[in-house]
Amino acid sequence: MVPTWHYLMLAAALFTIGVIGVLTRRNVIIILMSLELILNAVNINLVAFARDLADVSGQIFAIFVITVAAAEAAVGLGILIALFRNHDTVNADEIDLLKG
Amino acid sequence: MIFYQATFYTLAAVAVVSALLVVTRRNPVHSAIYLIITLLSVALLYLQLQAEFLAAVQIILYIGGIMVLFLFVIMLVRLDVATRQAPFNRQGLVAGVAALVLLVEFAGAIYLGRGTAELPRAAAGALQPNTEQIGRMLFQNYMLPFEIASLLLLVAMVGAVVMAKRR
Repeated sequence: MVPTWHYLMLAAALFTIGVIGVLTRRNVIIILMSLELILNAVNINLVAFARDLADVSGQIFAIFVITVAAAEAAVGLGILIALFRNHDTVNADEIDLLKG
Repeated sequence: MIFYQATFYTLAAVAVVSALLVVTRRNPVHSAIYLIITLLSVALLYLQLQAEFLAAVQIILYIGGIMVLFLFVIMLVRLDVATRQAPFNRQGLVAGVAALVLLVEFAGAIYLGRGTAELPRAAAGALQPNTEQIGRMLFQNYMLPFEIASLLLLVAMVGAVVMAKRR
């Protein structure tokens, strides 16, 4: 039997890798993909505890997280396309219009 | 039982390694492919955790929907420029150290609290039939959040169309 804290460790590892991606990458597409990784890590925790408690509420929360992730991806990629059309770049550190 | 453990550790290793490849590859298409592998192994972990419906949702919605959207956008923006530029920004080293500290903190907290995370396991068939239980719960206890989620998706759809539209 796999102990629950191994699932938590896996989720923590995926979360941290996602954080590294968000903080270090320049390409906005990969930053959005790292966000998906972070949301997936949270879902693993929710589903693992749903199994232990025999309560599907955790799985329902995971479904809502996936819904929010879909909405976030759609809006984020829409912003990205608008950005690429106006500024001709997808690098997060070159978008510094407000710096003056 | 040994099969269960072997499956878990194999899937966990595949998920972590391909997640690392997602954030380190220079080409966004390769990142997307590795993210698909990570999502697929997480879907198989859901299957192991008696969340069959969620595993199907993960494959259909994430891999079939969101990742196709990502690949479309990667094709829309010019790829050849992005692959020749530096993939990491200047704060890379500091961010890496900060994330490492975060990981140590997480791992320490989970390891020290591992006893409290062990709840008494429910019986094997407690979450079966999975889809029926989720449907009942979603349309009885979580009706309002469900409707709000549909509204959120509508707003996101309209927003994405408005922003991506050529003026």
